[in-house]
Amino acid sequence: MTTTTDAPPVPHVNRPFLLPSLYAGNARSVMERGVLATAKTNWLIVVSGFFEPVFYLLAMGIGLGSYIGAIQVPGGHSIPYAAYIAPALLAVAAMNGAVFDSTWNVFFKMNFGKLYDGMLATSLGPFDVALGEIMLALARGFVYACGFMIVMQVLGLNLAWTAILALPAVVLIAFAFASFGMGITSYMKTFQQMDWINFIMLPMFLLSATFYPLSVYPDWMQWAIQAMPLWHGVELVRSLTTGLVTSALLWHVLYFAVMVLVGMTLTTRRLKSLFLD
Amino acid sequence: MPAPVISATELTKKYKDFAAVDGISFEIASGESFGFLGPNGAGKSTTMRMIGAVSTRTAGDLSVIGLDPNQYGPEIRSQLGVVPQEDNLDTELKVRDNLIVYGRYFGLPHSYLGPKADELLEFAQLTEKAKARVDDLSGGMKRRLTIARALINNPRIMMLDEPTTGLDPQARHILWDRLFRLKERGTTLVLTTHYMDEAEQLCDRLVVIDKGTIMAEGSPASLIKQYSTREVVELRFGSDRNAAAATKLESLAERIEVLPDRILVYSDNGDAALQKAHELGLNPLTSLVRRSSLEDVFLRLTGRSLIE
Repeated sequence: MTTTTDAPPVPHVNRPFLLPSLYAGNARSVMERGVLATAKTNWLIVVSGFFEPVFYLLAMGIGLGSYIGAIQVPGGHSIPYAAYIAPALLAVAAMNGAVFDSTWNVFFKMNFGKLYDGMLATSLGPFDVALGEIMLALARGFVYACGFMIVMQVLGLNLAWTAILALPAVVLIAFAFASFGMGITSYMKTFQQMDWINFIMLPMFLLSATFYPLSVYPDWMQWAIQAMPLWHGVELVRSLTTGLVTSALLWHVLYFAVMVLVGMTLTTRRLKSLFLD
Repeated sequence: MPAPVISATELTKKYKDFAAVDGISFEIASGESFGFLGPNGAGKSTTMRMIGAVSTRTAGDLSVIGLDPNQYGPEIRSQLGVVPQEDNLDTELKVRDNLIVYGRYFGLPHSYLGPKADELLEFAQLTEKAKARVDDLSGGMKRRLTIARALINNPRIMMLDEPTTGLDPQARHILWDRLFRLKERGTTLVLTTHYMDEAEQLCDRLVVIDKGTIMAEGSPASLIKQYSTREVVELRFGSDRNAAAATKLESLAERIEVLPDRILVYSDNGDAALQKAHELGLNPLTSLVRRSSLEDVFLRLTGRSLIE
């Protein structure tokens, strides 16, 4: 066996100020691994994820929209139906991508691939693993969002310059769903339990003011939907792409910031108790 | 003895009321090859996980490279090479990428990992398989890749949990050879096994562990000397005649053990003992004179065989 000469003899761990023993400041390596694995095995799933919202936009926005015409939004404005649902579909795409990556993907790695066992035998901490996996979900969400924004621009559905701010907004939404989704997945042991995730996602997608304004519902149902995260995502992105920006936007951002914080705490704790018992 | 790299005092791990590890104390010196020998469920893997800073202890003290694993997990793990009981290679990556990506988890740069991965593939005799999928490797190859992976960070301590369980004899010998080379290079080896021959081949010193406690400690040779005779005669009379033969045999040896299928006669001179047995008019169906092994030590200490 030959020896390498100019090699660092041992790895060096920076002890971070926050979460020492749970974090080694190297989430990037987990993300790198994800990019490499995706590039080699399941890039097709990634590509298909881009087309889903585009098909919805063409079918519902352009097709169905030609019968509906314009839609009244709060403040007395009226906008074309396609421009109304496009931002909602963008928010949904961010949610779906983030949830897929952080639930099904993580579920397989946890229960079948034993990937995290291997990772946590290195100098990585559970926070590195959680953050790395979530960053990967965000990167994917960001690529989808950029693609969809181009489609919206081409179809003339971006009604104001603030539309460009929808990109960081989408990343925030994805971050919130991914961190929460990964924490919840860590409790899942069987496929049947995983189905509950779809059971929650589908009604949220259909009912969260995605295809029509919230005002069609009775009061109690409006409250229930406003408590759900997707509604905040839809409203946030819609206000940016249509340019109808109000101070409510800050509340939506705050909602997701809290969700990120709770999700990351939950995920890190669960990974610690699962793999560093 | 050089300063210990691992030291444990009254180390305990409890899961609810069950004590998987029940107050064990030991020290492992730098460069030493140290084994935990015991049956399944003895607490070997749990001890390894605590040393590897992936499991927190319930009580007692533990120091690994001078640090407390409960506080300094990442720092300790950066100095360890871990070979788990079950392979957990990354099946979504190719063989060589497994090494590179694992090195990245330690924060090592690509410029170092490229040549290092090639060097380790050669060490593990996997150079031709560099671009193969992990699932296409044989059991022995996967094991060697796992060991190569564990070496990517130049660990001070190698932690091997049952490194050759489930491998065929040829694959085991290749693996032992590789581990022996590491030992020669001064890497501290900590391993668990329930194979006697493995412990005798690889360990400078070992502890016999059963039901979470240490039964004995020493070098393989000294344990055999202390707890067994130099030689053992294995006699088979057939299951219905074993008991009758056993009472006659008691007089001509220091100790005998009656197992379901055979009788073990412990004597410093096996041939002489066998001769005497024949003189007593006992005609075993088969007889075998062999050197005492750690299996005999374990039997003496616990009254049970290691592999049941």
